[in-house]
Amino acid sequence: MVIVYIEAVNGQLKKSSFEVLTYGKKLADKMSSSVAAICLTPCDSNVVGEYGINKLFQVSDAIFSHFDSKAFAKAVAEIFNANGGQILVLPFNQNGKALAPRLSVRLNAGLVNGANALANTSNGFVISKNVFSGKAVANYQIHTDVKIVSLASNSIPAEKNPTSCEVVAAATSVSAADFSTKYIKSELVSGDIPLSEADLVVSAGRGLKGPENWGMIEECAKILGAATACSRAVADVHWRPHHEHVGQTGLAISPNLYIAVGISGAIQHLAGVSSSKTIVVINTDPEAPFFKAADYGIVGDAFEVMPKFNEALRKLKA
Amino acid sequence: MNILVCVSKVPDTTAKIAFKDNNTKFASDGVTYILNPTDEWYALVRAIELKEAAGAGKVTVINVGAGDNDQYLRKALAIGADDAVLIESADDLEPFYVAKEIANYARTNNYDVVVTGKETIDYNSFSVGGMIAEFMDCAFVSQVSKWDMNGNVATLNREVEGGEEVMEVSTPFVLSAQKGMAEQRLPNMKGIMMAKTKPLAKIAAVGGDPLVTIVKFDEPKSKSAVKLFSIDEVEALVKALNEEAKVI
Repeated sequence: MVIVYIEAVNGQLKKSSFEVLTYGKKLADKMSSSVAAICLTPCDSNVVGEYGINKLFQVSDAIFSHFDSKAFAKAVAEIFNANGGQILVLPFNQNGKALAPRLSVRLNAGLVNGANALANTSNGFVISKNVFSGKAVANYQIHTDVKIVSLASNSIPAEKNPTSCEVVAAATSVSAADFSTKYIKSELVSGDIPLSEADLVVSAGRGLKGPENWGMIEECAKILGAATACSRAVADVHWRPHHEHVGQTGLAISPNLYIAVGISGAIQHLAGVSSSKTIVVINTDPEAPFFKAADYGIVGDAFEVMPKFNEALRKLKA
Repeated sequence: MNILVCVSKVPDTTAKIAFKDNNTKFASDGVTYILNPTDEWYALVRAIELKEAAGAGKVTVINVGAGDNDQYLRKALAIGADDAVLIESADDLEPFYVAKEIANYARTNNYDVVVTGKETIDYNSFSVGGMIAEFMDCAFVSQVSKWDMNGNVATLNREVEGGEEVMEVSTPFVLSAQKGMAEQRLPNMKGIMMAKTKPLAKIAAVGGDPLVTIVKFDEPKSKSAVKLFSIDEVEALVKALNEEAKVI
């Protein structure tokens, strides 16, 4: 059985959950296997069913209201084993990145952390993922009977395939003693779209000359419903917060649209964004390396281009 | 408090990435290697700062890799680690066994904290830290941007979607470090001289049957040439994004 680990916040599934549900369903079909989902917090089984999953192992113990990699790994492993799990699919998001490696050890299962496509099963079980920060792709063969795949965000589009979903109340032996961390508080950046989950990203770099000039970038993001990002140079001088830094030593992202304004496109920056579906580059320097990685571009001064670009976007959205 | 900092050796961030033997192996000839940035800049530096602030304990750096990786460990010693351990194996040992070796060493030698960088910039697996913690059956907090200690209790900021989560955890624990935790330190001449005589132990790795292997590398899909628009054609660009790329 293919079992998909999904996450819900206040009853609402995260966007990454829709992608892993779609992936789990496609993988199960490909392998003529059954498929089910595990959710450790309450979620809507009708929504799970919309993505072709006909069974949901629902845990409703309030103990799981805050993430703890040790306790969560124990719970997921118990439910996975009790139900004949063979392949476990998780999102390669913040929690998934902590959980999947633990489960690899716990289940003695080969792991591909950050898969970017469905498995090729013509000769063994081979799964691809980006390596060298997007400068290459590696095809991993998993040799163990039990397999774990965590799926990089935006690798496959979520696809509806409605079915009715049976809810199975699942219990675990996890108690407070299994929790190794104590939750204190969350410091959320209110109103913003999380960069790691964003479909559209507007990013800017040193070409903007100073933090006071980010208004036009934020405006563009607001019109599009996009997240904002920045280059390392800009995060290092604190023009923008660290969590906005994308690139090899920051966050690697693969949105549908990445708009880079005043970023030259150093190899370290490209490494973190080159798997974006569509890249737009706005830069004064026609020789900027970023144009080689771009789909669309404007050679021009951001201070002249952005107001016109925002105006054109506003017209489209009107 | 004794802190074990895991360091990896990776191709320089500007290295040309190429493959050999029918694209089954990374072509390492002529490639310059560095300490993995998040290991060096954040995990190692913060561990040294906390040891200095406590005025007690030690910071050990550990690498699982080729027998001649001394120079990378010496650099970590020059930055301020007290001693080093090299567990000799192939450089591309899979994360599962790297973690198993490190967990065994940490447990046997009673380290209070094991720290890694959030990921290595070669295979981007985000795996070793979580695996070490599971082998040690202790807490693991990933992608930590702030790390303070009060006695044996750590306060950590962990990155989550849309912000950060603050949590407390008691030793022993494992964490993976990312940007924000510390500022990069360059080794000074005194550090480089002292590093030459600091202890560096070598141990043979145990290893085991592979769980995963890389069967082939591919180049990323190549892009077609950029379509350029002039400043007066922004409306055409927006139209292309809407009707051709269908992304807005």
